[in-house]
Amino acid sequence: MISKFQKRKLVNYFNLSASILVTVFGLIMLAWIMTVLFGKGFEHINWAVFTEMTPPPGAAGGLINAIVGTLLITFFAVLIGTPVGVLAGTYLAEFGGKGRFSSSVRFINDVLLSAPSIVVGVFVYAILVKPQGHFSGWAGAIALSILVIPVVLRTTEDMLKLVPVQMREAAAALGAPRYKVTIDIVYKAALSGMFTGLLLATARIMGETAPLLFTGLNNQFWSLDMNQPMANMPVVIYQYALSPYEDWQNLAWAAALLITISVLVMNIIARYSLKQPSSR
Amino acid sequence: MSTTEKDINVRLHTQSAGVIWDKVFKGTSFAFAAMVLIVMLAIMVMLFKEAWPTFAQFGFSFFYTSEWDFAGNKYGALVPIIGTLITSLIALLVGVPVSFGIAIFISVMAPSWLKRPVGIAIELLAAVPSIIYGMWGLFYFAPWFANTVQPFMTDNLGGLPFIGQFFQGPPIGVSIFTAGFVLGIMIIPFIASIMRDMFDVVPTALKESAYAMGSTTWEVVWKVILPYTKAGVIGGVMLGLGRAMGETMAVAFVVGNSLELNTGLFYPGATIASTMANEFNEASGLHMSSLIALGFMLFVITFLVLSLAKWFLLRLEKSQQGDET
Repeated sequence: MISKFQKRKLVNYFNLSASILVTVFGLIMLAWIMTVLFGKGFEHINWAVFTEMTPPPGAAGGLINAIVGTLLITFFAVLIGTPVGVLAGTYLAEFGGKGRFSSSVRFINDVLLSAPSIVVGVFVYAILVKPQGHFSGWAGAIALSILVIPVVLRTTEDMLKLVPVQMREAAAALGAPRYKVTIDIVYKAALSGMFTGLLLATARIMGETAPLLFTGLNNQFWSLDMNQPMANMPVVIYQYALSPYEDWQNLAWAAALLITISVLVMNIIARYSLKQPSSR
Repeated sequence: MSTTEKDINVRLHTQSAGVIWDKVFKGTSFAFAAMVLIVMLAIMVMLFKEAWPTFAQFGFSFFYTSEWDFAGNKYGALVPIIGTLITSLIALLVGVPVSFGIAIFISVMAPSWLKRPVGIAIELLAAVPSIIYGMWGLFYFAPWFANTVQPFMTDNLGGLPFIGQFFQGPPIGVSIFTAGFVLGIMIIPFIASIMRDMFDVVPTALKESAYAMGSTTWEVVWKVILPYTKAGVIGGVMLGLGRAMGETMAVAFVVGNSLELNTGLFYPGATIASTMANEFNEASGLHMSSLIALGFMLFVITFLVLSLAKWFLLRLEKSQQGDET
């Protein structure tokens, strides 16, 4: 016969042990994915990956056109999306307050933050690819820029709100107009935090595949023309990993490792730089 | 006299320049904030416009017929709809208990030196691109699952009345169940980090009062922390659901992409997003329009789920602000 007290203790130990077990389960899954990725990836990374083009079916080759394509598309996506996100975030933090308009922008932005990226791809397909009649690097960059905006907006607003009101008041008291207060004082104080948003946004879009399937597609050849279909890492990974050719699958693993390392490094830098302002 | 007038003019001039630039700056930032709303609206409108041929042709039967036939040009979305619902449900069954346990571990149990590393490791799961989950799922998880867990489940659960039929299927690994499981792993970091943030802001006085009354740690979690953060926990789960429903690439790898209707969870299937990714490049005409109709439907559903999630999270935020004042 177990007393009520013993039963409570038992339930306690059982449930807490279960918590530890599922945490270990989560960590094992992470470790499994990472071991597989690093094992297979390093095995197939070699000099050719960075010097040769993506090969025709069944042949060996490299990824240089896809690497350059991803860099170009990501660069332009961030270039288009960041100003929108920063200024929109500035409006919410500096001018919007708690009004109805700002609340709805905040709400919609949070929904966009988690919205299925494939839908964004289809949207850009409908407004750009279909009227133009062909896939293009620009369409890919614009699709990804729509994914950049919510991340940058959110971090910008959060970071600007951390800047003390007294700093704005001090600047305003010296006769600085509002826009100067924002640009010269508030932005400067929040710069490292805003940079974090930029990194997180870049990390988020670098591995995005679904939107590019409908917009940038792929190109087996060297191309720097953003008006044409453009090779990029995620779509190469998708097509090569699902192909029956072993050479292609190996390249897909190499590409997967390169993308994941870049994304993880950016995440870690972002996390580290976010720690700084609070300690200052 | 003329000098002072000039001074005043100059000062007025610079001041009005500041006022103008203020207006320009505020106006521009307002325009970009409005752009967020416009983009959302434009997505809805454009998808609906492109999907219209399908809705016009099939009407409501698009949602409840299961025929997906290129040759006969007949399209019904029932199979992908069911696939999305079932995979998301499995994802929640896997992801929610695990996330809850992780949140408890990090927030209540772990010594402080362990909190940060474990928290960061779990959040790294969120940073891994979804296509990596797809490759891992297809080449490693699915074969392992097909050889070990699946036969075990079929042998032990497959014979049961009624629920037995769910645990049938060919031993190939790619299936609705595998897709749901991989999704479950993918949503863990999102749900766990929201739950942990919620648990961390429960006032210490509340928790300590319960401990002082002789509560066990579990009782504090179950009867103090969880009721206090209920709205936030539900919000986090809904957010995970929204993510699971819209996830594309990982599912496209492991779901098997079959548009046949099966009761067995171990049969290959399809979700809304995986069907779109799989068929988009070969589609045209009514087929394309039907795929976009799928996208429109997915967007509307995830919009509702995510709005609900946001509503729950806001409600908790408000009730906490109420406590502080």
